[in-house]
Amino acid sequence: MIEGISIYEILTLTTILFFIGVYGFLTRRNLISILISVEMILNASIVNFVIINKYLYPDMLQGVLFSIFIIAIAAAETALAVSIIINLYRQISSVEVKDTEVMKF
Amino acid sequence: MERIIFYVLALMMIVFAINAVTSRKMLRSVIYLLFVLSGVAGIFFLIDYNFLAAIQLTVYAGGIIVLIIFSVLLVHHIELKLEMAKPVRQIITAVACLIGIGVFLTTIYSHQFNVVNNHYSTTTSDIGFKLLSYDKGGFILPFEVISVVLLAMMIGAIVIAKGKKLE
Repeated sequence: MIEGISIYEILTLTTILFFIGVYGFLTRRNLISILISVEMILNASIVNFVIINKYLYPDMLQGVLFSIFIIAIAAAETALAVSIIINLYRQISSVEVKDTEVMKF
Repeated sequence: MERIIFYVLALMMIVFAINAVTSRKMLRSVIYLLFVLSGVAGIFFLIDYNFLAAIQLTVYAGGIIVLIIFSVLLVHHIELKLEMAKPVRQIITAVACLIGIGVFLTTIYSHQFNVVNNHYSTTTSDIGFKLLSYDKGGFILPFEVISVVLLAMMIGAIVIAKGKKLE
């Protein structure tokens, strides 16, 4: 654990990061920006898992392993999203949300 | 000392996160995201999970950011300004997010956590043994499933990004 830092301060930090991500997710009008916001939300959740593991159950490893799995899933999700975005751009020459009406492959 | 480092990291992460979701230049917001991810890696270093910090730096800062930058460069003109939502909608969303932060923080601060004072340090071999153990609480099944998921993702990404054949 970090000397002199309680669990409350770290949870405050991750809460703020999570809601900044939600704000970006709701206000952005562009697929890549939405992807960036989703990454931020996922990162806040990863830090929560690890912090709770370290502060409350330091002799276990479940939080660390779950965050490793979340990182792997996030990498897979980003790669698929980027390929979908590139394919969409080829078909309709735009990555704005309002132009994305058909996602038929 | 660690206190000061934590506060500097927290301030840096919040400022860059706000910049990343409000900047109107695409490439800049990706770079701001890179700083946020590096800040998360710094927090992992502070709580002594070195392996996780290394994963964070290689997968996120090394892999995902490069992937997003490539897609931005393939899809955008570099001087394109992004379209933003209407101001009314932005304000409504910001107020909703602030209410959400308030609810979360009151819940967190009213809960009593049983914090254990400790200075355990987890080695990489502990994580490896736990990840590959067959015993109760072992993680061998998710570990194998995730490798299949990654393989399926690779094939799917290639098939989707290749698109139709030109005739």
